[in-house]
Amino acid sequence: MLSDYLPIVLLAGVVAVFAVASLAVSSMLRPSRPTPAKLMPYECGIVPERDPRGERFPVKFYVVAMLFIVFDIETIFLFPWALTFRELGLFGLIEMAVFIGLVFVAYAYVRMKGGLDWNVRGLREGPSPVAEPPPVDRRREVAGAR
Amino acid sequence: MIAQISPPELDFLPVAPELVLAGGGMAIMLAEAALPRVTSRVLLIASLLIVAGAAGITVALWGWDGEPTVLAGMVATDRFAVLIRGVLLAVAAIGAVYGHHQFDRAGERRPEFFPLLLFATTGMTLIAAASDLILTFLALEILSLSLYVLAGFSRRVTASEASMKYFLLGAFSSAFFLYGVALAYGATGTTSIGGIARALSGPSEGLPLAMVAAALLAVGFSFKVAAVPFHMWTPDVYQGAPTAVVGFMSAATKVAAFAALIRVFNVAFLPLSWDWTPIVGVLAAVTMVVGSLLAIAQTDVKRMLAYSSIAHAGFILTGVMAANQEGIASATFYLVAYALMIVGAFGVVLLVSGDERTSLSSYAGLAVRSPLLAALLSLFLLSLAGIPPTAGFMAKVSVFRAAVDAGHTWVVIVAVLASVVAAFFYLRVIVLVYMKEPEEELQPDRSPLPALTVAVPAVATLVLGVFPGLVFGLLETASIFRW
Repeated sequence: MLSDYLPIVLLAGVVAVFAVASLAVSSMLRPSRPTPAKLMPYECGIVPERDPRGERFPVKFYVVAMLFIVFDIETIFLFPWALTFRELGLFGLIEMAVFIGLVFVAYAYVRMKGGLDWNVRGLREGPSPVAEPPPVDRRREVAGAR
Repeated sequence: MIAQISPPELDFLPVAPELVLAGGGMAIMLAEAALPRVTSRVLLIASLLIVAGAAGITVALWGWDGEPTVLAGMVATDRFAVLIRGVLLAVAAIGAVYGHHQFDRAGERRPEFFPLLLFATTGMTLIAAASDLILTFLALEILSLSLYVLAGFSRRVTASEASMKYFLLGAFSSAFFLYGVALAYGATGTTSIGGIARALSGPSEGLPLAMVAAALLAVGFSFKVAAVPFHMWTPDVYQGAPTAVVGFMSAATKVAAFAALIRVFNVAFLPLSWDWTPIVGVLAAVTMVVGSLLAIAQTDVKRMLAYSSIAHAGFILTGVMAANQEGIASATFYLVAYALMIVGAFGVVLLVSGDERTSLSSYAGLAVRSPLLAALLSLFLLSLAGIPPTAGFMAKVSVFRAAVDAGHTWVVIVAVLASVVAAFFYLRVIVLVYMKEPEEELQPDRSPLPALTVAVPAVATLVLGVFPGLVFGLLETASIFRW
């Protein structure tokens, strides 16, 4: 029963041992001559210009990212359907029309809510800024409950 | 060259309630976007009409005499699904009124509440009828995604915290569930719930794999029904999310997830019931004890109700572990009773603590300020504690009897002890409401519409406590799964 899984456990063990051993042996045997050029982050061979962590961009790009997912998924479904269009026939056509209709509802909603207007501040009627938290009494909270 | 794909037999009537809910939700969403000046009241009425339409079709489906499953074996048409749908739609209607009231009173414009509520209800009713694990997962995601958003529908930062926590832990549980589906497919070669049962009842080489699959599916469901040790999100989400949303999700999510759990374990994994009943029994016992004990230490009414809902998950699991028709019937009755009393209890909380100040001490002397709300709260708390003549009492008796009849006496002993512990913290609130002087300026909400809405589950709780046969009569046929 459970001994059927013994090979998996053995394999996991072998993998762990191999990974640790090969890194350890390599660090002991290889010559170590660090130069500034070697220690730089690799960016296609050119000298990195900015610290990638400090990069800032407008938060409204998240709407673009979400819209991209909507259309991306639509395309992903359209490609295989186009390839098998003849086999699927009328049924496939109707199913695809239903699917595109649903995606279109999402698009129409975003459009009407102003999600595609670049210059307005956020979505119309969008979420309001977060207010100060009310005082929450958590003193008598049981530690194990959280 | 691939083979000709034959379209499945399309019989949409058994999913017509879901089609109405989803279509109506989209219509409301688009209408509100096109007409930004439409009031919340209009949206509420439209939502209630949609729910009523879905309920009408659901009632008509009670007499369905066609195939046991439709749409290529995806959707079950049995009366269990119909009964659960009815409960969910009732809770959704009550939740819509709560939401309208809370956001209207707070002066917040949240028209997305109604479409999201309808989408969540779509997922919930669909999961009750899903007879294929793929559809179960899909419905689970529909309801979860809507609820993640709904949980954050407030300006308070605790609501964002609740939403985030619910989302992260929910995503984890979805992954567990999906892994369970994959292993079930690996063990049996099918994701159909009936097909898994057929594959497992014969000689099978995949039994260990099927056990692991059952365990992973149980983990996924345990998150949704808030069973210990997968309950951590419940108190924080219930406390942080808007009370109207909590009233809806505490009742409806538990009913929907338990309906799916009961179907999966009593159909697909019934051949393995000797293996899973002890595990579910331990889960039930731990859930009841931990939920009841931690509820004692709470000083916030929403947190207390959250732990109470955890404890109730344990009681329902007690009925599930009987793994026979009596167990299914008793667990389903418990779900009906639980949905009524918890949605009512949160309704009272909504009216008493409209500004989300929900510390228990603010309930002192509620009986002086508002005798009606105090009486309603006491009724729901007595029902949650399981004191006759309420639905909670009949529900507890029936799950205990089912478990004893199936030979699981030890779980029932734990359950009775846990109920005694639980009675303490429910009664403590009643003492606070009736026997203490009001300490601070308590301003209960006197709006008639939500008070009338809360009266509906109150009356139902009493009626089911005195005439439990009303639901048990339906359950004679509704506790039989057809696949």
